[in-house]
Amino acid sequence: MVNQAIVIEADRLTRRFGKTLAVDGLSLAVERGEIFGLIGPDGAGKTTAIRLLAAVMLPTAGEARVLGFDTRRQAERIRQAIGYMPQKFSLYGDLTVRENLDFFADLFNVRGAARRRRLDELLAFARLAEFTGRRAAALSGGMQKKLALACTLIHSPQVIFLDEPTTGVDPISRREFWDILSNLHVQDVAIFVSTPYMDEAERCSRVGLMYAGRLTECDTPDALRQLAPGELLAIWTPQIMQARAVVSALPDVLEVQTYGDLLHVFVADAAAARPRLVQALAAANVPITEVKRTSPRVEEAFISLITGKRRPITDH
Amino acid sequence: MRYLSALVRILAIMRKEFIHIRRDPRTLAIVIILPIFQLIIFGYAVTSDVKHLPLAVFDQDRSAASRALIDAYRTSGYFDIAFYASSHGEIAYLIDAGQARAGLTIPPGYGDRLARRERAEVSFIIDGSDPTTANTALASATAIGQAHGADLLQTALRRGGTLPGVLPGVEVRTRVWYNPNMVSAYYMVPALIGLILQTLTALLTAVAIVREREQGTLESLIVTPIRAAELILGKIVPYVVLAFMDMLLILVVGTYWFHVPINGSVTLLLALAALFLMSSLGIGLLVSSAAHTQQEAMMMAFFTILPSVFLSGFMFPIASMPPVLQWFSKVIPLTYFLVIDRGIVLKGNGIAILMPQVTTLAALGVVILSLAVLRFRKRLE
Repeated sequence: MVNQAIVIEADRLTRRFGKTLAVDGLSLAVERGEIFGLIGPDGAGKTTAIRLLAAVMLPTAGEARVLGFDTRRQAERIRQAIGYMPQKFSLYGDLTVRENLDFFADLFNVRGAARRRRLDELLAFARLAEFTGRRAAALSGGMQKKLALACTLIHSPQVIFLDEPTTGVDPISRREFWDILSNLHVQDVAIFVSTPYMDEAERCSRVGLMYAGRLTECDTPDALRQLAPGELLAIWTPQIMQARAVVSALPDVLEVQTYGDLLHVFVADAAAARPRLVQALAAANVPITEVKRTSPRVEEAFISLITGKRRPITDH
Repeated sequence: MRYLSALVRILAIMRKEFIHIRRDPRTLAIVIILPIFQLIIFGYAVTSDVKHLPLAVFDQDRSAASRALIDAYRTSGYFDIAFYASSHGEIAYLIDAGQARAGLTIPPGYGDRLARRERAEVSFIIDGSDPTTANTALASATAIGQAHGADLLQTALRRGGTLPGVLPGVEVRTRVWYNPNMVSAYYMVPALIGLILQTLTALLTAVAIVREREQGTLESLIVTPIRAAELILGKIVPYVVLAFMDMLLILVVGTYWFHVPINGSVTLLLALAALFLMSSLGIGLLVSSAAHTQQEAMMMAFFTILPSVFLSGFMFPIASMPPVLQWFSKVIPLTYFLVIDRGIVLKGNGIAILMPQVTTLAALGVVILSLAVLRFRKRLE
């Protein structure tokens, strides 16, 4: 029985480039109306994974199906029903906004009144309506990405693949971009997006963590946050390296992560550990600007998993 | 001291440049292979020596004397006896079709006249389309005939005898067909059509397709419903149109400025040019499937154009090249198109005479184009 709700599925998908194993046995299933976020460090294999799923590249082993069609043998059926936005800007720089949209509308056979309506819609939500005559190469980075997204959506696909769509885009444009995606989500479009931005991972229905070609975790953001060890204390200090050295040496500290002048300390019991931390730092003459209890985000969980420094929670 | 840091900086750029070159195996291959290629071509193909011109012989006399004359032409090395014709018409056909470049007609009674110590005339027809070959052929035809005649005279005198009133000998009457004034432009301008067609289509097609790959837009196209064949067709047609416009331009300038007379049907020329384009487009497509950057595409296209210029009979006669290179010219589409092209313009040939070239060109075109389309995959590597 084919589950109609599952629109993207992969079964031990593998892709090798010479000796390098870019994607290693990827298996997942995404349902209609889900926003699935693929996160992972550079070189984890995210772009290759998306290319395999979007039937742009053939796998070395394994299977993938989109909307029930096999990516190896029924690629053309898939192409008519999905949208794909590659990581690198790949529209025609010397064509105008309008000409690019018209070109893709022609290729996807969106014509006549339907095309006019669709283009007006897309130009409106991408805020490109005043720039229809401008050459794509002359647009700002954010606008280019929004144009690329518009071209991806011309034929109202049910499934879209976006490869790092907001990389290099200013924060305001990023927010606008995700507003567009939320809108699509409401319309039951399945969105498969890869992103290096952890805050975007928080907005997904489910998140997959990819590392060295493997999908190491795959769950809701809530569930992933729990994977961060213990409770979290945030300490702001100007002498971050010394603070880190002092804190790492303490017995009830599970893990330490640094962010510029911010120290994230994972402990089993935040209330109990806090005075001890403050004391230890004062004793070492490390000034503290602020100490605060915070909740871990997907980002902390992710870094914890990647660095593999999970230590068992000690019982008190 | 300033000069030292300048030198260090210059060396830094040099070192970096050598690294680039080392890591670009294709450019390196061309740097090594190209000179060898050019050596072979300039050593053997580029020759103003005219040798082994195919000669058609209509021997109406069939005497020992006529055979001696024919032998004289053969042993000179300038002519190869390619055909023994049995009529004037056959010689005319062979020259029209480009299979023979010259025709020798020995009238009946040639041997008898020589035996009677009279002057015997033979008729030598030369294909004047290619002025270089024609000039040499003209000179050698006359010279060989005269030398043969002088030989006969010597033999006769040695046998003893009086000098007659009129010296016996062989008189070679020459006629130049097509391009009787042997104007170089008449030969080159039509050939230029072929060259431009080949260059433009092969080069521009390759670059156009590779440009998509280089700019990354190919990835966007792959995910649309467009088929490989549709993409290819859409890409090539504009360049075909451009090529035809160029062709007409050359014809117009050739006719009105260089006064090249067009003796055949222009429509036929255009139709057969389209046939020729199949091959050069196929070559362009093949190059595009192998090249990753536009620069590589241009170099590889250039590499295929080079033999076309030198080995197709564009400037240098194929007959004078060593057999290996002659074999090579048999697989170059331009070789056949040039025969068609010059045949139509200079000789007024119709399609009937050109059938062998037309079928070969068609076959080559189908093979190359099919290969190219098959290789073009709608996937990223």
